[in-house]
Amino acid sequence: MISLERVSKRYPNGREALTNVSFFVDRGELVFLTGRSGAGKSTLLKLIALLERPSRGTVTVNGRSTGALKARHIPAFRRHIGVVFQDHKLLADRPVFDNVGLPLVVAGAPLAEIDKRVRAALDQVGLLGKERSLPMELSVGEQQRVGIARAIVGKPPLIVADEPTGNLDPDLALEVMRLFKRFSEVGVTVLVATHDLHLVREFGSRELNLASGQLTGGTPDPLPSLVASR
Amino acid sequence: MRLSTLMTRHVQSLFGAFGRLARAPLATALTLLVIGIALALPAALALLVRNAESATGGFGRAVDMSVYLKSGISLVRARQLAVEARAEPGVAAVHVISADEGLNQFRRYSGFGAALDALKSNPLPNVLRIVPQPRASGAAALEGLRRTFARWPEVDMVQLDAQWVLRFNAMLAVVRRLVLIAAALFGAGVLAVIGNTIRLEILNRRDEIEVTKLVGGSNAFVRRPFLYTGVLYGLGGALLAWLVLEGTVLALHAPVTRLATLYGSGFALSGLAGRELGGLFCGGMALGWLGAWISAHRHLRDIEPRA
Repeated sequence: MISLERVSKRYPNGREALTNVSFFVDRGELVFLTGRSGAGKSTLLKLIALLERPSRGTVTVNGRSTGALKARHIPAFRRHIGVVFQDHKLLADRPVFDNVGLPLVVAGAPLAEIDKRVRAALDQVGLLGKERSLPMELSVGEQQRVGIARAIVGKPPLIVADEPTGNLDPDLALEVMRLFKRFSEVGVTVLVATHDLHLVREFGSRELNLASGQLTGGTPDPLPSLVASR
Repeated sequence: MRLSTLMTRHVQSLFGAFGRLARAPLATALTLLVIGIALALPAALALLVRNAESATGGFGRAVDMSVYLKSGISLVRARQLAVEARAEPGVAAVHVISADEGLNQFRRYSGFGAALDALKSNPLPNVLRIVPQPRASGAAALEGLRRTFARWPEVDMVQLDAQWVLRFNAMLAVVRRLVLIAAALFGAGVLAVIGNTIRLEILNRRDEIEVTKLVGGSNAFVRRPFLYTGVLYGLGGALLAWLVLEGTVLALHAPVTRLATLYGSGFALSGLAGRELGGLFCGGMALGWLGAWISAHRHLRDIEPRA
């Protein structure tokens, strides 16, 4: 689902955020990306969601190399990835329903289907009944879950989450992680960047640890041979 | 994407754009006022030209010339000359006005009847009235015709009856060119106003654009509401321009009619109609769309999601 081959990312200001990173994530896997802040977790997620392109190496997502993707194909590529941001990136002046439904609107889904799927997504994150609320009327934890609902509403094969539990109390954090676990059980690939090691251990999923832009241990790649065969 | 879904999207974009304009009524009104006035000025000039043309339309074509024969030329010779004149290129018809007829007309219209009766003989010459063909009624062609007849030995003088009509038509041609220049300049102004308004709107909604692109919105999707906003600005501006012109025509109607009556004309000012009205509205919307497109094309590219 995701494969990185000797990927480096150097920003225009000269800072090298990632150095020679290679790993592979299989379909339906739940993988945690850990490391201190500034270790390169966000950069790695940006490379996968095609918010950035690698300076060197190849990033392949869902069988497509991001380096070769033309600008006009990026929107379609992004529709196949659900991204959860630490700061939610919700539209403050739109009700929850519009925020969650945005990926479907963008993809051109019929209205009846949008209605159905937005409710289903809100149900999954426990926010059914909050459709008409504005994001600011919700608690931080609820806002975070609206962001998650938006990431899953399009039923993407891959969900990428950057510190999705950063603003949540432990109970809610656990609940959100269970949600991700459930998605992975139905075949969705989930990559979660977090610094909450306690939570990670609790789930016993694979862990990729970044330090100063390099992979340092964590659980080893389960299927290294697949990197070549894709 | 299914067609019905696409239609729904467009209708949503349209209503969304409309709603956003309605939510900032003062800013929208000011922008519309600028666009409306910019559209109204060239349209008013065009209206002026059209009304001037129709006011002079009755005699605008009357570019006849009178060829005065020398006083010794007999009526019989004048008739022969008329046949020769008829054969000249560019001549549609030739009427012979005999000296007697001329005297009768003069007596009837001039009011010098009694004085003329005192004359022993008719002082007037025989006259050929030349009606040029429509294609030969331009200034240069008429002048050529005038010279041709002036060279005839039997001819005393040639008078172009409608010199002022020619001058007037030439003036109208100048104003017509001015209309084009004004339309181009003010059109560029409208483009700039709408482009700048859309640019501000794009900057205001930067977050929304970023998020939309983040979840896979294409440039076309993000651009669409702004294009509708531009079209709505153009439409609203055209509507305003139309109202301004209608108001002007209404205000000028009474004095112009009085003026026309004094000149013995039944002329009345008319406002924009039919094709002109369609042109104003289509032009306004096209300018709005183009201004928005240029602005969106320039500025939307710069907004790429940064997480």
